[in-house]
Amino acid sequence: MDTIKFLWVVPFLPLCGAFLNLVLGKRLSRQTVHFVAVAAVAAAFFTSLYLVVGPLREGYAAWKANGKTGAFELTEYLWTWISAGDLHIDLAFRLDPLSSVMILIVTGCSTLIHIYSTGYMEHEPRYAAYFGYLNLFTGAMLILVLGANMPVMFIGWEGVGLCSFLLIGFWFENEAYATAGRKAFVVNRIGDFAFLLGMFLLWWATHGVDGGKSLDFSMLRHVGETNAAVYEQVFWGRERLAAAAGILLFIGACGKSAQLPLYVWLPDAMAGPTPVSALIHAATMVTAGVYMVARLSFLFAASTTAMAVVATVGALTALVAAFMAFAQTDLKKVLAYSTVSQLGFMFVGVGTGNWSAGVFHLMTHAFFKAGLFLGAGSVMHGMEGSGDIRIMGGLKRFMPKTRWTFLIYCLAIAGVPLTAGFFSKDEILAGAWASHHDGWPAFYGKLLWGVLTVAALGTAFYMWRLYFLVFEGEYRGADHVAHPHESPANMTVPLMILAGLALVAGFVGIPHVIHVGGTAGDILHFFPEWIGLSTKPMELHLSNGTTYVLLAVASAVGLAGIGLAYAFYGKGPSKTVDQLTAGPLHGLYEASKHKLWVDEFYDRAFVRPFRALARGTFEIADRFLIDTVVVNGAGFAVQTFSRISRWVQNGMVQRYLVGVVLGTAAIFLWTARSEHPTFSYKEVPGGIEFRAEPGHGLRSDTPVQWDFDGDGQPDPGETAQVVVKRPGDVASRVTLFMADPVWGKRDRDGKPKNLTRVTRKVQLATPAAGSDGGGR
Amino acid sequence: MSSAGGFVLPVILALPLLGALFVMLVPRGEATVARGVGLVVSTATFLVSLLALTYFDGKQGGYQLATDAVWIKSLGVHWKLGIDGISLWLVLLTTFLTPITLLAATSSIDKHVREFVAAFLVLETGMLGAFVSLDLFVFYVFWEVMLIPMYLLIGIWGGQRRLYASIKFVIYTMVGSLLMLVAIFYVYVQHGQVTGIYTTELLHLTADGQRLGLGQLALPHHAQVWCFAAFALAFAIKVPLFPFHTWLPDAHVEAPTPGSVILAGVLLKLGIYGFIRLAMPMFPHGAAVLAPYIGVLAVVGIVYGAVVAFAQDDVKKLVAYSSVSHLGFCALGLFSLTVSGIEGSLYAMLSHGLTTGGLFLGIGVLYERRHTRRLSEYGGIWKQMPLFSALYLIIVMGSAGLPGLSGFIGEFLSLFGTFNAADTFPKAWPGYLPSPRLLAAIATTGVILGAIYLLFMFQKVFFGPLDKQKNGDLPDLTLREKVVFLPLVVLIFALGFFPRPFLAKMEPSVKAFLADYHDKLAEPDGPAHIYGTAPDVTAQLDRAADELDQAAARLDAVAAKLERAVAPDNLKAGGQP
Amino acid sequence: MQSIFADVGFGHFLALGAVLFAIGVAGVLLRKNVLIIMMSIELMLNAANLTILTFARMHGDLGGHSFAMIVMAVAAAEVAVGLAIVVAIFRGRRHVDVDRLNLLKH
Repeated sequence: MDTIKFLWVVPFLPLCGAFLNLVLGKRLSRQTVHFVAVAAVAAAFFTSLYLVVGPLREGYAAWKANGKTGAFELTEYLWTWISAGDLHIDLAFRLDPLSSVMILIVTGCSTLIHIYSTGYMEHEPRYAAYFGYLNLFTGAMLILVLGANMPVMFIGWEGVGLCSFLLIGFWFENEAYATAGRKAFVVNRIGDFAFLLGMFLLWWATHGVDGGKSLDFSMLRHVGETNAAVYEQVFWGRERLAAAAGILLFIGACGKSAQLPLYVWLPDAMAGPTPVSALIHAATMVTAGVYMVARLSFLFAASTTAMAVVATVGALTALVAAFMAFAQTDLKKVLAYSTVSQLGFMFVGVGTGNWSAGVFHLMTHAFFKAGLFLGAGSVMHGMEGSGDIRIMGGLKRFMPKTRWTFLIYCLAIAGVPLTAGFFSKDEILAGAWASHHDGWPAFYGKLLWGVLTVAALGTAFYMWRLYFLVFEGEYRGADHVAHPHESPANMTVPLMILAGLALVAGFVGIPHVIHVGGTAGDILHFFPEWIGLSTKPMELHLSNGTTYVLLAVASAVGLAGIGLAYAFYGKGPSKTVDQLTAGPLHGLYEASKHKLWVDEFYDRAFVRPFRALARGTFEIADRFLIDTVVVNGAGFAVQTFSRISRWVQNGMVQRYLVGVVLGTAAIFLWTARSEHPTFSYKEVPGGIEFRAEPGHGLRSDTPVQWDFDGDGQPDPGETAQVVVKRPGDVASRVTLFMADPVWGKRDRDGKPKNLTRVTRKVQLATPAAGSDGGGR
Repeated sequence: MSSAGGFVLPVILALPLLGALFVMLVPRGEATVARGVGLVVSTATFLVSLLALTYFDGKQGGYQLATDAVWIKSLGVHWKLGIDGISLWLVLLTTFLTPITLLAATSSIDKHVREFVAAFLVLETGMLGAFVSLDLFVFYVFWEVMLIPMYLLIGIWGGQRRLYASIKFVIYTMVGSLLMLVAIFYVYVQHGQVTGIYTTELLHLTADGQRLGLGQLALPHHAQVWCFAAFALAFAIKVPLFPFHTWLPDAHVEAPTPGSVILAGVLLKLGIYGFIRLAMPMFPHGAAVLAPYIGVLAVVGIVYGAVVAFAQDDVKKLVAYSSVSHLGFCALGLFSLTVSGIEGSLYAMLSHGLTTGGLFLGIGVLYERRHTRRLSEYGGIWKQMPLFSALYLIIVMGSAGLPGLSGFIGEFLSLFGTFNAADTFPKAWPGYLPSPRLLAAIATTGVILGAIYLLFMFQKVFFGPLDKQKNGDLPDLTLREKVVFLPLVVLIFALGFFPRPFLAKMEPSVKAFLADYHDKLAEPDGPAHIYGTAPDVTAQLDRAADELDQAAARLDAVAAKLERAVAPDNLKAGGQP
Repeated sequence: MQSIFADVGFGHFLALGAVLFAIGVAGVLLRKNVLIIMMSIELMLNAANLTILTFARMHGDLGGHSFAMIVMAVAAAEVAVGLAIVVAIFRGRRHVDVDRLNLLKH
């Protein structure tokens, strides 16, 4: 393993350019601005080239010698980024065949598009900001592809999202553009949410066996190879952990790479300047998801469920997006849906375990789709900014260079034999046909192949419809733009370079059945092998005969699409088309034109309900329930209490007195309640003790009289308040007689006339007889 | 516990207080002088607090830079200060934000400047004191000291409904504090009765039974649950956790810019800090029982705060609700009781201090120019104020948790810790609550929601056509404002790319905290609580009787002396004529 | 000589005292004129005196008698001071309505 110490330079250079342009840009001249920007990216490109070529040659030499390429994996540690507890994340970069290809694509396309932008954005007042963002994007994208572990990848992952947000909303005065930028960021965040959870889950599964380097790709891969049980443990239902983690991460990829159901931001993202669409929303950023899945091939390979999900979503996206592209009338919108569709192809590639095919298509697509966008930009530049294909037509007369290059791109994307798109798309189709994974129905690979073939037919059709409507036929826009013009050289030269690549780049992935002799052939066959170093090998069995048939079908489909498009649109908009769209195909046409009403559906199903939810939560839960009822309710209760006490404490002496009088009266009534005279009794040693309980006015020495024998008359001699009687002397009813000192009348001698009497029944716990004999 | 550099903490406590006194001596009209004094004093405090970094040994988990003196002997109150890796950064955050905020206040505060500066400096002392005190009594004093200047800040320099907001703030906080006070009494008495030492010193109160030689916890389990609940209410209101948050939007909306900055930047952190410094070490069992519930509240707060923030038209209110959401991450990380979760929580606090402080400062910049905080009044500001907009975007992104900026690290670690809490959580997680992993997953939606409301706000203010007349001639940042924002932005980047130095200093303390926590949980249950039985009342009476006896003996001696003095013989000898 | 207590018990004295007291209370509570209020207070004091004396008689205790003398002395002093205040107020405000004497309240 080599230890080159300047891998960090690759992302650092564009970041420096971004820093210069964003911070000092206002004071720099336009020349300096674009020189800095282009130089930074170009330098990054050449550094990458230098870094990649050496290992590539070594690997090739080894392959020539032993038939096997040596491992190529270079990690550069910069500093420890996050370290907390068991979690240990380095800020480290990693160069291996996969990231090598990616940095070359990114820096290469980026350089060309920077150059192109110097022409396209010529009249832009915020020139420095534009190039600053573009550089920043390139830097972030390089961090994404070079990151040696998932969190570092995530820096780039979100960083490109930010740049995308900024560049889509570059002309932010237009509210719709700004909203498009926001939409892109938010939808991406939905994916990032799942991505984060996937990371957590992976760490949870691998910590302890990952050798202290959390979420590092080589470590994760190593774990998968040496300790497969980690990924294959049953996690949920009957599914493996790899399925859960893989699907979560794939949702992240859906956000970034605009797959169903999160693709909706990409068509809107066309609000940004066209070179941005070319770089970010066609060639590089949107392919990050594909890159990530390929990067984690060992994980996806551990769960055929996850792969099935990836492949199915990819195929559906490819088909649906192709359908939506049919009736678009905006040049860039067609290309946007085309991008979504092509990304679907790539996901089918990686989802069927055909990793290198996915990456291969990623590369060729980067060339021809970037070219298509730049070509579209060139057209719009010539048409004074309009992208409406209804007012174009016959532009080949006005802008020949753009037309020829555009034609080449259209050939490539349609998959016309020997162009780049032909080989890469074919490899995906062949891989889909051949895939037999555990747990997949036997026909599933064929089904995927069928769906993709239909999508490929659609692709050829809508791309060539676009071509014919823009460049062929009569010019229809004389009322709008009198004199369309060709673009300057700094725009057309990148177009030509990309066109060249779109023609020849396919040969590096030439099918095995086509034998190319000599050194050239060796190099061409070596390349897929080399990419395969970074991914988990999957077996795809395909006989030579089948391969030829599939090649032929693919070619035929491409040509058929072109032919169909020529038939309908070869001479510009035709009556046949109008009749068809108004008649039998009206429903389909409307569905395509309105993009299957997905945006409207999302608006009704998610956006508006969320807005209402936020509003409702705030008004009902927060303002009313919590704040008004509970919080201020508590305050209100205290206030009410104090208001009542204030009414009492009113300073009116007479009202106070009412209280005093009522209170006193109440106290008297309360205390008088229990004070009627009575008597109590209890057993004591020697008999029963009777005790008079004096009531009001009865003093402790007031004479009383008792009736113990039950005759109703006072017994003579018993005048003490406390009397102890033997049980045998006591009748069942005892009466206490007292003179009422207050109300009682007396005779002349002062003797009480009438007596108050209190009679109680005497009941004892012990029988009277028992207690009698035991005395002293 | 090391006391090297022990002078630092008393100095940073004293400096702002002395500064406040000094400012009050400045003549009433001299606003500039008062501001100058405030700036100089707070900057000096910041510089001194940087010394703490040099004295601080990042490999130790214990308290450092400690000072200890007896304050109130009869109550066992110690003037005990010290910091560890947990409080170190919060102290620095406080001393860092104060001068910046004072500088920003230059234009936003124009009446009673002298009093404002004084109140602000007292507030700084209060906050710092709460962060560095290691005595329950001292903590409580500082905790309450903070309230008063904040009340004044909102009540005097606030907006339209400032009285309502300030009273709500004070009463709300007070209610929580009082419950905490009751719990403090209980802890004080219980500890005193069990251990025989009546003291409010935190290290004594948090020491488990083993270390005190009791063989059991000083506080029984069920009492811990109640005490923790009482403390938790005080801190939950401060954080604020859902549903105790409604004072916050009102306070923020009415507070002047500097008040909002400090309120969001530092004051709210005291809630989380209180949990980790006081409540959890003193009542580990209570924490273990209630942590899942607080975790659920935190998650509800994360989602709820974010959803409600989206419905706001007032920028300040929006940011206030975003604070509820962000502090939810802090609480969640803390109650995951994992190393990464707690570090994430602490880090999220630092980051929130910077980003939300920055957000409020930015709103202040706009408010001073336009005198409105309604989103619908803005639009297209980027055109007029590109520099400000760019800086603001960085702050917004820091707040939204963009990796590479400060907010990400904290959120990531908090969520990460929570996600893995199921493996290490000390007590059985109640089955009817969502599992930690599910909680983490729900909380992660905060990442989406954060992007939704923050970008919504950003778009409404900075993007779109510049169609409002009044927005047409807004000047971009002045030099002073650049000085305010630059350090914030630099730190947001630094914290995002180089979190290691910060985390490394926290780690030993966090690990020590967790180890201690688990040790205590392993202790056997304490004695049944014993208030009311008061076994040593007789002892106290005996002691009192002894003292009385001694006093009587002394009096006897004095009397004897006097008697001797007035004895006729002595009088004669004393020179009677 | 026949004691009147043969037919009139202590209860009658107490009842009379209670009625007088109640009249006094009603006067204090309901009338607004300070003079009448003071007269009502006098009535209450005397009702109390009557009750005290009845109880003293009932228990054969002379303490109650001396207590009644003290009450009378205090009542006289109170009336002297009270009337002086009333006169002073009347001079200042030309009325002695308690409801309108609310300076301290504002």
